[in-house]
Amino acid sequence: MSTDLTLAREPEPGPAVSRRSLLEARDVHRSFGQTPALRGAQLAVGGGEILAVMGPSGSGKSTLLHCLAGIYTPDQGEIRFDGQRIDELSDARRTELRRTAFGFVFQFGQLIPELTVSDNIAMPLLLGDVRRKEAYRRADAWLDRLGLGGLGGRRTGELSGGQAQRVAIARALVPQPKVLFADEPTGSLDSLTSETVMDLLVSTARAEGTTVVVVTHDARVAACAERTVMVRDGKVSALTEYEVAG
Amino acid sequence: MHTAGVSVPLTLLGLLDREPSHGYDLKRDYDAFFGRDKPLPFGQVYSTLGRLARDGKVTVGASEPGDGPDRKRYSITEAGRTEVESWLAEPAPPEPHLQSVLFAKVVLALMLGRDAARYLDAQRGSHLRRMRELTETRRGGATMDVLLADYGLFHLEADLRWIDATEARLSALREMVRKP
Repeated sequence: MSTDLTLAREPEPGPAVSRRSLLEARDVHRSFGQTPALRGAQLAVGGGEILAVMGPSGSGKSTLLHCLAGIYTPDQGEIRFDGQRIDELSDARRTELRRTAFGFVFQFGQLIPELTVSDNIAMPLLLGDVRRKEAYRRADAWLDRLGLGGLGGRRTGELSGGQAQRVAIARALVPQPKVLFADEPTGSLDSLTSETVMDLLVSTARAEGTTVVVVTHDARVAACAERTVMVRDGKVSALTEYEVAG
Repeated sequence: MHTAGVSVPLTLLGLLDREPSHGYDLKRDYDAFFGRDKPLPFGQVYSTLGRLARDGKVTVGASEPGDGPDRKRYSITEAGRTEVESWLAEPAPPEPHLQSVLFAKVVLALMLGRDAARYLDAQRGSHLRRMRELTETRRGGATMDVLLADYGLFHLEADLRWIDATEARLSALREMVRKP
């Protein structure tokens, strides 16, 4: 392999070209006790963009995701969603925003084991006052879309890891969020299942026009995204992409 | 996928081990299976077959009637078959070349007081870019394309893990290479 490096494009501190920023972190600081996790993090995510956030363990990447999603409030700095500062909202309004505009997929699906698959997927809609019949109709449509047809009546404990993550994706996307936050969404899966889950996540998010922020240590997961940023020592840096001649 | 490591003579011998073939058919099969991003020039097909014939690994039949410049049928000999067998039985050497280049650059950068982390980041960016291309290739691709893309992806992923591990140890390595 030749190692001649030709600069293909300059580092992009902001979102992909021609996309308006939907989500922004501006000079965000966040500590836990005496331990700083974020130290001036800057990031802009475009509407509809699929962004991977990588970095070593303890670099602050999950803290950044939690701040962007309004789960943590920064000690200093701003988080903006659709132009609006969400770090200044009351707890109640941020909770409402997370329920209506954001979806979440974590390493372990965090499904409710006592409920069926359909119940789990319909849950965000039922909490949002969608009528029961309509909520289950939409939940079942997502089951089919994610290749889970016929599993709606099962308890989530009966599912394989890959099936459970697909249910988690369906549950996250059923309320049609603007942004899907995923923290190591395939961390508990084998490599083949991981690919299937990521393919589904990316293709459905693209089809829905949903912005995705995925935190991962897995380069193959990051390769499913359109852009990757690195978090190191609580700061975000763009990865310059060079085209390798040869 | 890079095919630079594929031996053209051995691959043509392997194709001839299936059945005797014309040069044109060999090129077609080589391009379809092994030269997907770099077709084999006709000239190289015939020069390679000529050398294999000279070395007693293939025999050349008489010209057959028909269209086209080449109507000679090539067949593998017992010596050629033995060579293919040995080649298939022998594991390919692990490929340390890329690692050596990366390692040499990191060490030299540290020796010269340059920013080794920046170099590693540039390499990381290049690798991720290529992985993204391969991921796109395998999405909805035929099984063969998926497997070829997977080969590249797994190797690039291994490089990235080495880049991560090296980045975490740059301070220690800097101390070591700067000692008189």
